[in-house]
Amino acid sequence: MSGFMTSSIGKKVVMSISGLFLICFLLVHLTLNLFLIFDDSGDLFNMGAHFMATNPAIKIMEPVLALGFIVHMIWAAVLTLQNMKARPISYKVSRQSGNCSWASRNMFILGGTVLIFLVLHIFNFYWKIKVSGSPLLAEVSVGGVEMENTYNLVSTLFKSSIVYSLLYMVGAIFLGLHLTHGFWSAFQSIGFSNDLWRKRLTVVAYFFAIVIGAGFSIIPLYFMIKF
Amino acid sequence: MADKILKELTLRVWRQKDAKSKGHFETYKVHNISQGSSFLEMLDILNEQLISENKEPVYFDHDCREGICGMCSLFINGRAHGPDKEVTTCQLHMRKFHEGETITIEPWRTGAFPVIKDLTVDRDAYEKIQQAGGYVSVNTGGVPDGNAIPIGTDDAEEAMDAAACIGCGACAATCKNGSAMLFVAAKVSQFAKLPQGKVEASRRAKAMVAKMDELGFGNCTNTGACEAECPKSISIQHIARMNREYLCAKLKD
Repeated sequence: MSGFMTSSIGKKVVMSISGLFLICFLLVHLTLNLFLIFDDSGDLFNMGAHFMATNPAIKIMEPVLALGFIVHMIWAAVLTLQNMKARPISYKVSRQSGNCSWASRNMFILGGTVLIFLVLHIFNFYWKIKVSGSPLLAEVSVGGVEMENTYNLVSTLFKSSIVYSLLYMVGAIFLGLHLTHGFWSAFQSIGFSNDLWRKRLTVVAYFFAIVIGAGFSIIPLYFMIKF
Repeated sequence: MADKILKELTLRVWRQKDAKSKGHFETYKVHNISQGSSFLEMLDILNEQLISENKEPVYFDHDCREGICGMCSLFINGRAHGPDKEVTTCQLHMRKFHEGETITIEPWRTGAFPVIKDLTVDRDAYEKIQQAGGYVSVNTGGVPDGNAIPIGTDDAEEAMDAAACIGCGACAATCKNGSAMLFVAAKVSQFAKLPQGKVEASRRAKAMVAKMDELGFGNCTNTGACEAECPKSISIQHIARMNREYLCAKLKD
């Protein structure tokens, strides 16, 4: 495997594997988050959050997930810088709109907006749950088990602030756009594609991007409209 | 039917004295260009005009003018080989342009393809990649020997599609990352699909990718722009195959 990690294809494989890992995380995350809108008492979501917080497997995966994000971001930055260097003098006139999708050309920018959202998101919830604490998290009893009222923390944010709700929706849409290219691209980079599979994977990519983009957007929208 | 005549066109052409000089855009007017003429014929007319005015003609690469040699290049109005699909610049016709249009003509802009003069660029980098592994080391005999090994139609077709690459450089020139992946993938694929080339497939993929990286081409981000601009419509499925070949080869190391 000598020189693999520094080769252009090797770096793309790192992007691909870390990307696919993050895609799996998104699916789990979305599934749990949808509990927010299926039970207005909050019990379902609180149970889900409590399960995630106490499950040893999730505890192990947490730092792995953080590592996945960090690797994906560092490699993206390295690749982007190298790619900029590969064309020292740019074209005076360049019309790329006819030959590739907007998302595919702007993955770094889309990724950057997702990162900004991620920081905000961690500050809003993860930080409060794990580190600083919040009066909104006062313990509740669900089915006889005492647990933090995570539902209250999340729903209060969306009910009280249209700005945050909109920011979360924009974040989800940018993430969806990132995935329209990222999903298919991950398979191409590890060589799992040909002319037939490319068509299939692009269809799945758009479907997946819509599920993620719309799925995460629905939650703040639900609280905005209903409450 | 007579071709329409374009009465006047404005050309913004990149002029650069030599590799070391700083270039600039020069504006020229050409008159009475038949829409039936090719883009290079239009440039010939411009050069005749410049010569008659005692000015230095514009340097540009060309050879066969039949779309098969891979010599012509040019980034025309922001597109490699101009606005037409699946053609080289020599096969691009002036009917793709309209009366009074301003046409911007630039050389390929990729660090690995330095400008030699005006619109000509040094594409030796592709030769170097090819020399790194784009060959079959054993003597495979003559035409009758080739027919002695049966090859499935699909494999033969796919190898031939990849072999259609003329190495013009449009892929790296149009790629936002200046990546040569489509060229290298076509060369890897054309051999990997055939029994004579399969033997060295792993070594070839490793050597050609290493050379490509060494020469300063960018990293592929799968935008697909190369495929859209390739005059031979080479599919990026060959890039997937190269990724696969490379990954498997490195795993075995």
